[in-house]
Amino acid sequence: MMRSGTSRPRVASSGVLAALAALAFSVSACADDGTDSNGTGQGGTATSIKEGLKIAFLPKQVNNPYFDTSDNKGGKVAVEEFKGSYSQTGPSEASPSAQVSYINTLSQQGTNVIVVSANDKDAICGALNEARQAGAKVVTYDSDTNPSCRDLFINQATADGIATSQIKLISEAIGPDGGEIAILSATANATNQNAWIEMMKTELAEPENSKLKLVDTVYGDDEDQKSFAEAQALLAKHPNLKGIISPTTVGVAAAARYLSGSTYKGKVQLTGLGTPNQMRAYVKDGTVKSFALWNPADLGYLAAYAGASLASGMITGKEGDTFKAGKLGEFTVGKDATVVLGDPFTFNASNIDQFNF
Amino acid sequence: MADPTATRVRSVFGSWDAVVLLALVLVAVVGAVTVDGAASPRFWRFVTLEAIPIALIALPLTLVVITGEIDLSVASVLGLTCVTVGQLWLWGVTSLPLVIAVAVVLGALLGAINGLFVTGFGLPSLAVTIGTLALYRGLAYVVLGDRAVANYPQSWTTGAIRPIPGTVIPWMILVVGALAVVVGLVLHATPIGRSLYAMGNNAEAARFSGISVGRTKFWLFVVTGAMSALAGVFWTLRFASARADNGTGLELAVVAAVLLGGVSIFGGRGALLGVLAAVALLGTLRNVLQLAYVPANTLTIVTGSLLIASVVGPNLAGRARERLRRRRAIGGPPVTTATPNPGEET
Repeated sequence: MMRSGTSRPRVASSGVLAALAALAFSVSACADDGTDSNGTGQGGTATSIKEGLKIAFLPKQVNNPYFDTSDNKGGKVAVEEFKGSYSQTGPSEASPSAQVSYINTLSQQGTNVIVVSANDKDAICGALNEARQAGAKVVTYDSDTNPSCRDLFINQATADGIATSQIKLISEAIGPDGGEIAILSATANATNQNAWIEMMKTELAEPENSKLKLVDTVYGDDEDQKSFAEAQALLAKHPNLKGIISPTTVGVAAAARYLSGSTYKGKVQLTGLGTPNQMRAYVKDGTVKSFALWNPADLGYLAAYAGASLASGMITGKEGDTFKAGKLGEFTVGKDATVVLGDPFTFNASNIDQFNF
Repeated sequence: MADPTATRVRSVFGSWDAVVLLALVLVAVVGAVTVDGAASPRFWRFVTLEAIPIALIALPLTLVVITGEIDLSVASVLGLTCVTVGQLWLWGVTSLPLVIAVAVVLGALLGAINGLFVTGFGLPSLAVTIGTLALYRGLAYVVLGDRAVANYPQSWTTGAIRPIPGTVIPWMILVVGALAVVVGLVLHATPIGRSLYAMGNNAEAARFSGISVGRTKFWLFVVTGAMSALAGVFWTLRFASARADNGTGLELAVVAAVLLGGVSIFGGRGALLGVLAAVALLGTLRNVLQLAYVPANTLTIVTGSLLIASVVGPNLAGRARERLRRRRAIGGPPVTTATPNPGEET
């Protein structure tokens, strides 16, 4: 038994440790979400949805508060209303290949409806189409695939809806006297941001918004520090500024953090698109009166009803199809087999504690 | 050595392959009986599709680990290959053989860089390939950023996963099988194979006995790079999507299979059959559990525990044998080697 020194084994065993540590980390990420949403079970409105449909939610990843809200607080409630069987499954890391494996499994389990938020619009296409051939209906939510790979896409909000709500919120916050406002955006070439900003300009041209004057648009590149500095610079540059709109979750949180620690707190208004967990402190300390985002629970709820309507043969997903989605009312399928959830949801001091994402 | 202890040790470890194979059969049979859908041809099609890229990389990596080295950059080589395939397609390259050739050459080059640092500069392969793990992944992001390249011709994408006529099993498994036969023959039936074990057990002694340790290891890294690239081409076409984050974390799955297959992380020991059985075992187990509605968090725990068992199990068995040997040696000369890693043969 000849061995030359021990350096190699030691190096190698630290490799084992590294691998084990990595596994341990991914294991420690598991958190049990208390799925305590109790279905109301009053149903009755959508009588022609088949009972006992197997509806599975496949989010980008599990253990994610946003998807736990949309699936367990929304989708599950809907599925219980129409007496189907609900499940949420998915990978612990947001990768397309891992999602493919779960799509294959769901298909083999005879799932009637797969409600999926795509990690990649192309990579999961093959698996989805194979599942559809095997009889499943596919509804995408939050993040779409190629239209050819799914039956319906539930879009959380339209550009128009977002722009209108942002202007309305800043106008309400500033009050009837109006004044100068600025926009803190993400990157200068972000397609969706620019579309929203253009829509906001159109909205500002309306007579009822004549007292609001857009004086500047700056870009925080969706980086916390840069957004913070840009908010600071805005107020230095425009002493009469009355309000800031930041239609990006990173920007609005950074701007709120700056304002809450400055003398402008409560004097300069802020709104935008944010998540309740990031914005809670600033709503409670009065920096922000209200902000918007879609309600993920409603998104999951609508997706479940859309999928069940497809699987029951009530709709086929063609433009003009209408279906009822329980407490949310009636929806119409639009272009490219898309259903729009509606206007963004407004979060303020009175409702923010009901949300955890 | 005609030492009876060594013979016994050899026979025990020779049977590790059998243990893994048995576990595979057990999981497959129990799964087929108890879990709905785990006996269908489709089930095996999906398991095979998942196992192909892991097996492609595990084949050369087994040899690398037997020589006492490791390559953790394999998944990043795969990722960089994916974006290269995507970029070539964007540039209008429409010849699939050309794309595959460029990808494999690139993979070989990336592997050569690993090999150069390890054998040329004498650096530890763990450190080098953790470095290139980050470096190659970073380069992948430089090429494509957060974009994805899709829209390959359907003949490419369906061609990659086309079943063997008359079955639902993808034909690529035949390629994996052919490569496995080649690697298996080299490892177990040629002087090269014996020299790999020799350098894994004692590189110094191997060198003195005329084996060119450096050159052999260098070429093993090159081959590992090339095979990872081949897996990358398959990955791109199977998912019809080239992204910089393709295959992130896959190196853990491959290393897990190699270790579970009975290859010693310290080098010098292991067989190819065990590794192939381990690839199949991990894939089958995961899919069976998934079908049985076991959540992702639990799945990770199961895989982690298996990996720990595969490292700890043989070690404990070796320790028990060492104790037995000492007891038998009472009255004889005192045992001087209390190795922390017993069961190692020369």
